[in-house]
Amino acid sequence: MTAATTAPIVRGRSLLRSLAVALDRRPRLRLVLLLALPVGALIVIYFGSLAILFLNAFWSRDAFTGLVQREFTLENFARLNTPLFITVSLRTVGMAAAVTLTCAVLAFPIAYFMARVASPRLRGALVVAVLTPLWASYLIKAYSWRLILAEDGVLNWSLEPFGLRGPGYGEIGLWLVFTYLWLPYMILPVFAGLERIPGSLLEASADLGGRSLHTFRHVILPLVFPAVVAGSIFTFSLTMGDYIAPGLITVGQQFIGNLILSNFGVPNLPLAAAQALVPLAIMVVYLLIARRLGAFEAL
Amino acid sequence: MAIGSPQGDCCVGEEEDHLRIQQAWAVMAIAALVAAACTGPAATPTPTAGPTTAPTTAPTEAPTAAPTSDMPTEIGDGEGAVSVLAWPGYAEDGTAYPDVDWITPFEQETGCETTVQVFGTSDEAFSLFSTNPEEYDVISASGDASLRLVRAGYVQPVNVDIIPSYAEVFEALKNKPYNTVDGVHYGVPHGRGSNQMMWRTDEVDPAPTRWEQMFDPDSGYKVSVYDAPIYIADAAVVLMDTQPDLGIQNPYALDDTQFAAAIALLEQQKPTITQYWVDYTKQMDNFRNGDSNVGTTWQVIANLLQAEDPPVPVDLIKPEEGATGWSDTWMVNSQSEHINCAYMLINHLTSAEVNIQIAEWFGEAPGNTQSCALATNPDHCAIFHAEEDDFWSDVWYWQTPEAQCVDGRTDVTCKDFGEWVDAWQQLKG
Repeated sequence: MTAATTAPIVRGRSLLRSLAVALDRRPRLRLVLLLALPVGALIVIYFGSLAILFLNAFWSRDAFTGLVQREFTLENFARLNTPLFITVSLRTVGMAAAVTLTCAVLAFPIAYFMARVASPRLRGALVVAVLTPLWASYLIKAYSWRLILAEDGVLNWSLEPFGLRGPGYGEIGLWLVFTYLWLPYMILPVFAGLERIPGSLLEASADLGGRSLHTFRHVILPLVFPAVVAGSIFTFSLTMGDYIAPGLITVGQQFIGNLILSNFGVPNLPLAAAQALVPLAIMVVYLLIARRLGAFEAL
Repeated sequence: MAIGSPQGDCCVGEEEDHLRIQQAWAVMAIAALVAAACTGPAATPTPTAGPTTAPTTAPTEAPTAAPTSDMPTEIGDGEGAVSVLAWPGYAEDGTAYPDVDWITPFEQETGCETTVQVFGTSDEAFSLFSTNPEEYDVISASGDASLRLVRAGYVQPVNVDIIPSYAEVFEALKNKPYNTVDGVHYGVPHGRGSNQMMWRTDEVDPAPTRWEQMFDPDSGYKVSVYDAPIYIADAAVVLMDTQPDLGIQNPYALDDTQFAAAIALLEQQKPTITQYWVDYTKQMDNFRNGDSNVGTTWQVIANLLQAEDPPVPVDLIKPEEGATGWSDTWMVNSQSEHINCAYMLINHLTSAEVNIQIAEWFGEAPGNTQSCALATNPDHCAIFHAEEDDFWSDVWYWQTPEAQCVDGRTDVTCKDFGEWVDAWQQLKG
């Protein structure tokens, strides 16, 4: 055999092989390359747009031409200190809290039944049942509730024989709608959390003389609490930012999302950006507290 | 990790590495989940109302408005393409309904391939236009968007002398403050419509005849009003009749006192309001199921309700005080590279044959004087009062309020649109 034909086979490795060998020796580099694309996308797309939002909050809008003036100013933040914005913020946070509490209370029995009582087959069917509404469009669900809560809707019709009336359009009706919309997001983490509790703990509690309520309060609740907080992240944040359901279900009562949307319409983007920073800040604080309470392990 | 792991101490380092990698994945997954959760409803289809594009930066320098001497003096050959930003129903090209198409004939005739983008509100239109300043050659702008576009330099003056259809447009629509600035025309008028008062004939008796009744807190009505800051002008229209000493000449030119009076009137109305509507189907729902029985509306809404099976018993009038309304203008982007196609398209859309097609499809009065003779529904022009000058004499077309009073007063400053938006948000609460 001539050197010409043997040399390529014996001497150099192919580029791919060299690369494979190099990476094999550097586990950290492998990790970096693996994560580069998704983390890069996260940083550029997500954090990048948040950064631009943040920047916009410090600019202002020329009243005459409607164009953005890229000069540093704090006037948008001054406009956050108005009675209107404070009222709307409190209303939004209050609604988010109410919805979270209601979802937690409603989700718990369902999740408990699914995790601890139902047979595996029934459990599977129930998981499907809980997840199915998530496949329906948000808009369809919201509009359906509009019909349900209407003057001559199903709710009023079914309560009529008892001499009662439904809440109609308004904040109570909206509270019902939000609870319905976000309930699956609360059921699933709580279900996972309850499933994780070893049966042996409950048996031990019973052996030591604890009755159901005692076991519930001292064994189950502390163990499932992180899961409830994890679920509450969804219900709280989704309610905080929503503007579509309030527009459909209430009569003009505005939430933070509606204010931001109407400022988009002017368009006064800097003011909308400043207003958007408020729910963002609230959620950051909420997430920090949730992390403290162990919610991230329970997800 | 169970206590007394069989691996002992030899492989602790490896396990630590694994643990750290798992933690890294976990944090990534949670961050992605939280990101998904935080975008919740926005990730599902958004309604047509409201802007759907999130602008990342807004332009800060206005493109220099083209001076009059740069306007084309004749319509040359088409450039092969043109894009249009229009109200739904204005530029139908057969995609919605194969029979409803006046764009394809235009494309075949001129070779200007047309792309259409629709919007839901004037504010959305302005948003779309300002974040994509070179995208749309032609826009149908209502009076509450047109001036904003002119002021920001997004649209250019239009040489109406070279657009044959312009000569056929109703005189009453020409030279209006929202399409002509300092004698310079910025577009060709399209059509017009009036806001009217609708009521359920089976629930409201006697029938209302004045807007004033809709602002009475003791009326017992269940009121449905248009959800936009421009609705403040409707209150001003009432005040022009009931409180003439306020001196309101134009409901879009309100100084501090006049504005305060309008807001006070709207506050009075609040207890009776059962709906703020943007989407016309929502108002139809409310009237159909009885949640509202009196409201501001458009002719097309009443037509649709009456045409239902079973028909919803409604009637509507333009009340005694007059009304607000709208009239759209076809405008040309100041940075358009398809000027000839743009001019040809505008000429086509405002021509007698096409203008009546749009008017019948959308439900408004046509802007071309020759259109009524070509209507497929012989009653169309009568229903929409297209040729009755008297009807329109007390209709105030939507117009952007500006600090420089649009009624010409120079001794006071008027409330500008930003202040209208603020006040409207305060009103809704």
